[in-house]
Amino acid sequence: MTLLRVENLDCRYGLLQAVRGVSFEVGRGETVALIGANGAGKTTLLRAIVGAHKPYGGRVHFDDADVTSTRAHSRVSLGIALVPEGRRLFPSLTVEENLRVAATRQGRWNVQSVLEVFPLLQPRRHMPAANLSGGEQQAVAIGRALMSNPRLLLLDEVSLGLAPIVVDSVYRSLAGIISEGTTVLLVEQDLTRALKVAGRVICMLEGRIVLEGEAASLDRDRVVSAYFGLQRPA
Amino acid sequence: MTIANAVVQGIFLGAFYAVLACGLSIMFGVMRIINLAHGDIAVLGAYVVFVIVQATGMSPFVAFIVALPVMIVLGYLLQLTILERSLKSGILTPLLATFGLSIVIQNLLLIKFSPDVRSLGGEAGAVTTSSWQVTSGLSVSALGIVILVVAVLVFGALQLFLSRTRAGWMMRATAEDADAAELVGIDSRGVYARATALAVAIAALGGLFLAIRSVFDPLSGPTQLIFAFEAVVIGGMGSLWGTLLGGLALGVAQTLGAQINPEYSALSGHLLFLAVLVVRYGGGRVSLRTAR
Repeated sequence: MTLLRVENLDCRYGLLQAVRGVSFEVGRGETVALIGANGAGKTTLLRAIVGAHKPYGGRVHFDDADVTSTRAHSRVSLGIALVPEGRRLFPSLTVEENLRVAATRQGRWNVQSVLEVFPLLQPRRHMPAANLSGGEQQAVAIGRALMSNPRLLLLDEVSLGLAPIVVDSVYRSLAGIISEGTTVLLVEQDLTRALKVAGRVICMLEGRIVLEGEAASLDRDRVVSAYFGLQRPA
Repeated sequence: MTIANAVVQGIFLGAFYAVLACGLSIMFGVMRIINLAHGDIAVLGAYVVFVIVQATGMSPFVAFIVALPVMIVLGYLLQLTILERSLKSGILTPLLATFGLSIVIQNLLLIKFSPDVRSLGGEAGAVTTSSWQVTSGLSVSALGIVILVVAVLVFGALQLFLSRTRAGWMMRATAEDADAAELVGIDSRGVYARATALAVAIAALGGLFLAIRSVFDPLSGPTQLIFAFEAVVIGGMGSLWGTLLGGLALGVAQTLGAQINPEYSALSGHLLFLAVLVVRYGGGRVSLRTAR
């Protein structure tokens, strides 16, 4: 069962073409890692899927409905949530307010269950998000996305700028979320981590998909050469 | 005792400025729009109340309640038709758009109501004339107290709304990062429209107080805008309690100046405004780029 279908997506910033004719599908319950070097178009692709970037061409289908022209906030109520790059919390709102302001869909996730998955936030609950450490902020950002009880969760470089030990704990929490059946599409720079957490890997290079396959079936060397474009497809 | 009296009268005057400035502060805080038509919107509100009072003979305070839905709808439409479009094309465009709107409102009012000076002071009844003599040098007017109480209520209610309600968090979230707000399911266009509607409604309240405590004509707006703008800047741009305090400080500065010489009233307000600017931004240049 396909949950997300991206067809021939084309995204531009003025003359710069960031995503060039990208097509792929994500099935229900799947965990897909989107990898690629800086500037490969991963973030733009995610932003186009959630509606924060208006694509130049192509279509985005979610749950068999065409959402290409649906605005970002309405896509959240359909069940698409993004943990944006750089976390983007609301600095003057407290942790709890950051979570509750995002509660658009009812379901398994609420303030209580998010705090259970991220116990480090419990003592920070009434503190402004601006005063949190990087790891705590990332936990709030993920929790905030969960508050909309997404059917498809997109994560953009959740490990960026965090200490390795904090990344480990973030990924441990993430593994728990994935095991509950949420469909996840994540952007990750760390190949080892991406291959470990994801069932399938999509590798982008200069706006195109250059490699796609089951994580188990891909050997590291092939991924690395696709990542750096060592064997350019004709 | 005259100084004490000047300070008390200044607080009453300042409460009026704070109400005028409140909507300006909301629009700057949420959308980073400096609404140059704010004073004219307040005057427009005064005229809407004036028309209702003329037609029905009801008290201006009741007429304001009737006018409120009209002003709220007007605020919505203003955001959805003019401001939203202008916001898309950078920080300078809303400034030009509201400047144009200011001229349009003034001229429409001139066509409809002529340049005659009006007041609702008479229709408001005893509240405009009653006062209490506290001591020989200090008297407190009923209208002053009404305006001060309403100002504190308006700012207090706004503060509660922003800090305690989910709609308030949505407004703050959108103010801080509209793009991220959309990503968590907040309709930023809707929030902007509600913020403008709120600002226009409170501007109309300022217009009502202007009409009751003194006089107004179609060209009264820009003067009100200057005082409101000064109150916002003195209190720190985008801060709600700051705006209330800024309004009070401006009022007190004006009445203290008038104590020295009646001609110094507006001047001493301007001097306070300039002094705050120099202290806060002294040494550095205020550039439009840092405002966003």
